[in-house]
Amino acid sequence: MGDVTRSTAAELGRRLAAKEVSAVEVAQAHLDRIAAVDERVHAFLHVDTDGALRAARAVDEARVRGDELGPLAGVPVAVKDVMTTRGVPTTAGSKILEGWRPPYDATLVSRMRDAGLVILGKTNMDEFAMGSSTEYSAYGPTFNPWDLARIPGGSGGGSAASVAAYEAPLAIGTDTGGSIRQPGAVTGTVGAKPTYGGTSRYGLIAFSSSLDTPGPCARTVEDAALLHAVIAGHDPRDSTSIPAPVPDVVGAGRHGATTGDLTGVKLGLVREFSGEGAEPGVSAAFREGVDALVKLGAEVVEVSCPHFEYALPAYYLIAPSECTSNLARFDGVRYGLRVGDDGSKSLEEVMSLTREAGFGPEVKRRIILGTYALSSGYYDAYYGQAQKVRTLISRDFATAFEQVDVLVSPTTPFVAFPFGSRTSDPYQMYLADLFTIPSNLYGGPAISVPCGLSEGLPVGFQIMAPTMADDRMYRVGAALESALPPLTPPPL
Amino acid sequence: MSTVALLNFDEVVARYEPVIGLETHVELGTRTKMFCGCPTDFGAEPNTQICPVCLGLPGSLPVANKAAIEATIRIGLALNCRIATWCRFARKNYFYPDMPKNFQISQYDEPLCVDGWLDIEVEGETVRVGIERVHLEEDTGKTLHIGGATGRIHGATESLVDYNRAGIPLVEIVTKPVPGTGALAPIVARIYVTEMRDLVRSLDVSDVRMEQGSLRCDVNTSLNRPGEPWGTRTETKNVNSLRSVERAVRAEMIRQANMLDAGERIIQETRHFHEDSGDTTSGRSKEEATDYRYFPEPDLVPLEPDTAWVDQLRANLPEPPRVHRRRLQEAWGLADKEMQAVLNAGAVQVIEATVAAGATPEGARKWWMGELARFANEQGIDLADVGVIPEQVAEVQRLVDDGKLNDKLARVVLEGILDGEGSPAEIMTARGLGVVSDTGALTKAVDEAIAGNPDIAAKIRDGKFEAAGVLIGAIMKATRGQADAKTVRELILARLSSSPPSSI
Repeated sequence: MGDVTRSTAAELGRRLAAKEVSAVEVAQAHLDRIAAVDERVHAFLHVDTDGALRAARAVDEARVRGDELGPLAGVPVAVKDVMTTRGVPTTAGSKILEGWRPPYDATLVSRMRDAGLVILGKTNMDEFAMGSSTEYSAYGPTFNPWDLARIPGGSGGGSAASVAAYEAPLAIGTDTGGSIRQPGAVTGTVGAKPTYGGTSRYGLIAFSSSLDTPGPCARTVEDAALLHAVIAGHDPRDSTSIPAPVPDVVGAGRHGATTGDLTGVKLGLVREFSGEGAEPGVSAAFREGVDALVKLGAEVVEVSCPHFEYALPAYYLIAPSECTSNLARFDGVRYGLRVGDDGSKSLEEVMSLTREAGFGPEVKRRIILGTYALSSGYYDAYYGQAQKVRTLISRDFATAFEQVDVLVSPTTPFVAFPFGSRTSDPYQMYLADLFTIPSNLYGGPAISVPCGLSEGLPVGFQIMAPTMADDRMYRVGAALESALPPLTPPPL
Repeated sequence: MSTVALLNFDEVVARYEPVIGLETHVELGTRTKMFCGCPTDFGAEPNTQICPVCLGLPGSLPVANKAAIEATIRIGLALNCRIATWCRFARKNYFYPDMPKNFQISQYDEPLCVDGWLDIEVEGETVRVGIERVHLEEDTGKTLHIGGATGRIHGATESLVDYNRAGIPLVEIVTKPVPGTGALAPIVARIYVTEMRDLVRSLDVSDVRMEQGSLRCDVNTSLNRPGEPWGTRTETKNVNSLRSVERAVRAEMIRQANMLDAGERIIQETRHFHEDSGDTTSGRSKEEATDYRYFPEPDLVPLEPDTAWVDQLRANLPEPPRVHRRRLQEAWGLADKEMQAVLNAGAVQVIEATVAAGATPEGARKWWMGELARFANEQGIDLADVGVIPEQVAEVQRLVDDGKLNDKLARVVLEGILDGEGSPAEIMTARGLGVVSDTGALTKAVDEAIAGNPDIAAKIRDGKFEAAGVLIGAIMKATRGQADAKTVRELILARLSSSPPSSI
């Protein structure tokens, strides 16, 4: 049978359909792999062994009955702990939600269940998705399978690491400023942020509502596209969900991989990204990626996006402002942690003690930042101004896409860094998202595809596309993937 | 702080000019909540009409209720407002346990309807009250404090929260400041709220019941000396009836005037009205008020009401209550003064409903303006809240018309209804009421009366029929008013005029 945990999701789907292997066997193999390595990787906060085997059995039974099944039926998936899963603990990486079992499934969780995907468990993350290293998880960090002394990226480090460590062929992440793509880059995996509104946020525990976007993590572009196709599409429960057909991401990815032809495709290099920022090794690997695409027929055009330099400050006003409001509900009254309820304290004291004990330092930092930015008298100068910058950045994208088909850049300026090296200075941590944040502010899709190594560690190549042109980034991403040698992490 | 009332109301208005403003909240009667599919029924078991969305569970998202948006636009149109072609919801951030998300989805600087007016009639004059804005928001849950003396959070040992009301659509209607009403300010305030209630009810978008909280009102009051700028205003909450609206404005005017006369400063604050004492007491001070940190609600897309749709809603508005009332006045055949009395008593709707239930206009008006108005006045409550419904009044009137009750007995039946004894029929049975027109039973009473008053009987026999009144009075007394006077008279005359004495 071979080691099914090394298979791609597409291949697993085919083997399951051909009944060469059962969904229960596939699920069990992944659960065994988790049992074997997750003590060292710590990708999972919760492994739902019973739920996974139950779902796998149901798929096997459906197949025996001859039911019509999708291409990923019986394929396991890991879910970032920020998505609600009915009856299964969901913490968003925070102590304040310890022990909470949501009474409902997120829309994309239901869609995956309906498509026969087998949910293995919930993956580790920076608390409330705030961070770029998983060092801000209240439950301890995740370790990068490439080098266990280094961070796996964040906030979705657990999802990326689970895929890199062959604990799951697929995972769900959420990307607010780069939380799918940057972990993908530093773990040598594929991470895609769909168009904002292309995937439902219903059941995604909100960090920054106008930026949060769920998307797929995988080891290949095709696998990411297959999962993307399952979870995308209009959801009437999410008002910001786009009521339009999902672009043919799977077809585009396959086209890019099989023909490898990019004749006529214009790649935009953002002038403002080319200065300082990226490490030399990262820049070099990125250049090689560009060269590979040029060999496939793509044309390179330099474009200017003059407002990109304000993306980081704008992001660090908008996201904290929304977070301060989104996180207000965690007060110990209705669910999760409650501290100080001994009958001697007032309601206000209990709320305050609960939040003091339940939130970690980065979350508190952003709550205070956002509260300040929204305060009367400061709103126009901070939140209001940041929204104007956001509009200008969107215009930069629109102008650029009049000249080119996609924009390309390194995904993140540096490779996986050692634990503790960026926690003392928040700004050094925030720089990890320098190249990913503009797409979030604009709302367009972007993907990170592995592109070689620097100092023995993976580098990510980012492809950004216009809104609702998600298919375009899959086509270019798959072509790049097919042109480069695959990356395999050292054995654990 | 207690202020000894040195000035009476007449003295207050002689020295100061009031400026009032009103904020009314109307809970819409939509089938489902503002941002989720939960039902909105009043009085359900606590925490049974809830879901992840209205509980604000992590990950849940709001989806705006189109019926609520339509209702709000219709209210705005009826108030002559401009309807925004583009507007947004905003988050109002503050911590309170009856707010599941610790923010309220409301509207801030981009309300759905702006800049309208409502004309009201006050003592024969039309007063135009400017409408600043009409916006849509979600209601909060209800907190119940147990163990304290006042039912307020202070001193309570336990607080319980019912989230059934959380997320019910709430429309807020804010007036522009209303200056220049002088001594009439309290009445203007009451008539405005009454008119607003009638208007909203005519649109059929809410049951607007103050006692159930589906119509709530805050009154802003300030005073200034003639010729001087407007004073600092206070906002009085907990004003739970039409009568209280008037009392609250009056009380606040007197309180402020006495403070100003004593050289004290009015502070901008929230005050609570107390039904029992008729006083207002200080709530939280606005000067140290929370910063609500409003910002556009990122989970909802902007509202862009289609112009054609708005035009269609405008074209289909019902006739305004003022026009409707004029039509009723004609139909009921009332003089202006009579109609004004009906209006002042807040009796238009109940009389109309009673007529709709089958009573004659005169009959309906008689009970509501008489017995029931007196009762409402004694109890200090609004006529609509006396506990008798129009259908019951119509039933009583029908019983009178059918001769089964006379006016005196009908009053007893109404008292029975007010005492909660059941339907008119049940009360008649229980209390043994009902006009006795059964001639068998009456004949005996008539014979006894004739035997007991031979002189009178003789007069009647002599053709002096007007003397029959004495006998009728005696019979009515003997039957505790339950005899039908007409039947009694016929029986007496039959006994004494057409039958020969020998046959007795």
